[in-house]
Amino acid sequence: MPTSIELTPMTMREIIMDHYESPRHKGVPEKPEEYQKIHTDSVNCIDDFDVYLKTKDGKVEDARWEGTACTISSASTDILCDRVIGDDFAHAIYTIQQFLAMIQEKPYDDAPLDEALVFMNTGKQAARIHCATMGWDAMKELLEADEKKEGAK
Amino acid sequence: MFDPLKLRQDFPMYVNQVKMQGKPLVWLDNGSTTFKPYSVVNAMLRYDTVETANSHRGDYDLCYAVDQEVLATRKAIAKWIHATSENEIVFTSGATDSLNLVAYSYAMSHLKAGDEILIDEEEHASNFLPWLVAARNTGATLKFIPLTKEGRVTAENLEKSMTSKTKIVALAQVTNVLGYRIPVKEFASIIHRYGAIFVVDGAQSVPHIAIDVQDMDCDFLAWSGHKMLGPTGIGVLYGKYSLLEECSPFRTGGGMNNKFNKEGLFTLLPPPARFEAGTMPLAQIYGLHAAVNYLSQLGMDNVQAHETELKHYAVEKLEATDNAILYNADSEAGIVAFNIKGVFAQDAATFLNSRGIACRSGQHCAKALNEFLGTPATVRASFYVYTTKEDIDALADAVLHGKEFLDAYFN
Repeated sequence: MPTSIELTPMTMREIIMDHYESPRHKGVPEKPEEYQKIHTDSVNCIDDFDVYLKTKDGKVEDARWEGTACTISSASTDILCDRVIGDDFAHAIYTIQQFLAMIQEKPYDDAPLDEALVFMNTGKQAARIHCATMGWDAMKELLEADEKKEGAK
Repeated sequence: MFDPLKLRQDFPMYVNQVKMQGKPLVWLDNGSTTFKPYSVVNAMLRYDTVETANSHRGDYDLCYAVDQEVLATRKAIAKWIHATSENEIVFTSGATDSLNLVAYSYAMSHLKAGDEILIDEEEHASNFLPWLVAARNTGATLKFIPLTKEGRVTAENLEKSMTSKTKIVALAQVTNVLGYRIPVKEFASIIHRYGAIFVVDGAQSVPHIAIDVQDMDCDFLAWSGHKMLGPTGIGVLYGKYSLLEECSPFRTGGGMNNKFNKEGLFTLLPPPARFEAGTMPLAQIYGLHAAVNYLSQLGMDNVQAHETELKHYAVEKLEATDNAILYNADSEAGIVAFNIKGVFAQDAATFLNSRGIACRSGQHCAKALNEFLGTPATVRASFYVYTTKEDIDALADAVLHGKEFLDAYFN
């Protein structure tokens, strides 16, 4: 993945629409029993979907999502999957923390965010912050639960 | 007729030039709430600054003045909707509270297992869930009148749905998403022929059209103050007096009992006081009175004519963009339900927000309806007395540029 996308409204729009119209990680996994699943939904928007996580040896082997979602939550969750697949837990959680900080308009490290930077101004549309973050919050919860389990082993 | 632009001088939200996203506010969400004129704000201020006292049983002048104003408000509302008496006007916290009052105080004590309550799938949650609960608690069945393919409830479909078991029919006079108006009088005669009562949700009608409850012959009519230029936290339940007398209150406390003692004696005050336990929202009652006066001065026929003109204009302008899907072009109310082609409703509303335009998106609390419309959500623009054609032009211009909807997130 390139880490230096030139972020113009044109490219940002293209990235979001591309992930919305042709999501890479949408769909119930072929072997759902190998995944952990968490449900997330919103009272203010149409969003109502599941986030799937498959881990192996402290790493994210696969991440997927499936359900009904608006443009923002679809693209954001799909990009999330791109960002965390292959990562170890600590780095995946770090990436998610940077994303959430960015949305909340707090200082953040942009290095691990890559395409997720297209959501850098979502905080200006306060009513839609939840759409941008719900997939990431759900994934963080799965990762943290898994990390705890790994630690207990 | 009135000039909406001139009316804006009466509304602090316009006088204060409130902006949204740094742009002049285009307020098209009157179906959810409305702005308050200075006269309403000042009436509430009068209660809080020079006329504060509790109502009921006061032995001093200030309390008497408050009681007189509460009574004057009741009378003004009764006159406005042509009720036979001010004693048919119950103050509630809003339409939701009013409908719950009928469900708990009338339905729960009058329904038995096997009885039927009739609504339709286009009803707002507040005229759906109280009946679901009443049905569950009594063993009655909640049934749905089929809608036409446009989304209307017709006399024919109502009649087909009525049975000897039907005890309550509860319908919105104007529906909150599509804005279709039912002929209340015609429906009432059908419903009464079966011996059922007719509960009308007036949340989207009473603020917008002339109401004559005696002519309509509905049994109950519920609405909210804040959708008719009044304050939040106050609403009205109109009920035919004989039916109000049959209702037992579901809230008990001060101001509603005649006497009670520790032996269990407990007698009720007559309606409407019977339903008004506790201290009422007095400042809000003052404000509601001012709102009724404001609308009376405009004339409800003028209000309706203004909104009808805006509705036609909006349909014409949105259709001209060739970028909107309209769901209710022929409905009576000043409500347009639409989507921007290829843009999800919530995204459209965010885009409108970025241009300073307030529209509501989603299911509009009528969650059963969207299955019917075949879309998960719609955008709703709703008009009122201060809405101008320029507001609609701004909306149409945004719809025309709908493809740029994601720009809301970049600028």
